[in-house]
Amino acid sequence: MSTTTAVLDDAARTSTDSKGKAGEIAGFDVTIRVRRYDPEKDTEPHWEDYTVSAYSTDRLLDALHKIKWEIDGSLTFRRSCAHGVCGSDAMRINGRNRLACKALLRDLEPSKPITVEAIKGLPVEKDLVVDMEPFFQSYREIMPFLITSGHEPTKERIQSQHDRERFDDTTKCILCAACTSSCPVFWTDGQYFGPAAIVNAHRFIFDSRDEGSDIRLEVLNDREGVWRCRTTFNCSEACPRGIEVTKAIAEVKQALLTRKL
Amino acid sequence: MTATLPGPVGATSGAGAVPTSPALDSPRSPYVRNKPTRSNYEMYAWLFMRLSGVLLVVLVLGHLLVNLVMGDGINQIDFAFVAGKWASPFWQVWDLAMLWLAMLHGTNGVRTIINDYAERTATRLWLKLGLYTAFTVTVVLGTLVIFTFDPCPVGASADLLPEFCGTTSAATPLG
Repeated sequence: MSTTTAVLDDAARTSTDSKGKAGEIAGFDVTIRVRRYDPEKDTEPHWEDYTVSAYSTDRLLDALHKIKWEIDGSLTFRRSCAHGVCGSDAMRINGRNRLACKALLRDLEPSKPITVEAIKGLPVEKDLVVDMEPFFQSYREIMPFLITSGHEPTKERIQSQHDRERFDDTTKCILCAACTSSCPVFWTDGQYFGPAAIVNAHRFIFDSRDEGSDIRLEVLNDREGVWRCRTTFNCSEACPRGIEVTKAIAEVKQALLTRKL
Repeated sequence: MTATLPGPVGATSGAGAVPTSPALDSPRSPYVRNKPTRSNYEMYAWLFMRLSGVLLVVLVLGHLLVNLVMGDGINQIDFAFVAGKWASPFWQVWDLAMLWLAMLHGTNGVRTIINDYAERTATRLWLKLGLYTAFTVTVVLGTLVIFTFDPCPVGASADLLPEFCGTTSAATPLG
């Protein structure tokens, strides 16, 4: 385990007044313990420590940027928008799945090393980057698109506010895989559909404009479908969008039961 | 622009050739999804767990109440007490329902645990084989005992039998 330090001056952040201390943001040193894995060099992943100076307004993503840009350029992770919308930078931070761009360092006990690793249950490609294919394959299988029959209307498909409200919660999903990769059932063999696929099926099953809910429910009635859910609530806790994932899964179970019995 | 494009370390390329990626296996492990199943088995298993759970709460608490609380409480339990209970069809059915539901409920629970924790198909197969064997032995034996139980079998020596059998068998030669 090697330790590298970088001191960064980010004058724009510290103060608007270069002489006085008004508006100064508290700075501190923080150790980021990253689980590194380079398939070209390593046979096994290993932990590596980096110490960076940060401010209380910094997020973990800022610390990772500092490491990548100023200490070790080989550190690999995904991020696109950096503002909690694109869902690229889900990672296991201090043992919990979060988005690096939404996790403030000061909320992560910066007095102790902050552990950062790739999300679990998906094959690691390099450092914090995983192969998302198993995740997206089950997502595709639930057919996340509008299914209708008959002629296409010439106007928009009207929906009442009440009907829209029914599935509002599950429209918030950003496909970051924080929920699916926090699910112990998914960790075993990656065959379980996973919370994210069920959430996105829920989004269409309970949409009054959609006519494909029977097909989707049949898909989720599979041996690897909703019945493998053990209601551990890991997914609900992991979701950076605050979706009530376990509740959505329970509603799909209920819909299956009422249709089949 | 293309001339300044850095090639991968160690990759030698001829003049004008595009940089090639290093000769390494793709780190992406092939992901094979299980074939979809077209059955309601898991749904019924899930439903059975909920329903049998509710029934078991009633059956087990009733069992504990009758055996340990009512009457003389725990002091009443002996061979004669069990024999007396199983003389009644009501308690036979009660105990049979408890046995079957508890065994099915427990076996299905362990089945899901095996599915959740065993990673290889062969491990799952062997663990489940052991589980189903244990289930069959227990249920067959238990059912047999409940239905064929006879506290005073004919022809058994008197010193092996409980006291209440002795009184009836002693009365027979006199009569």
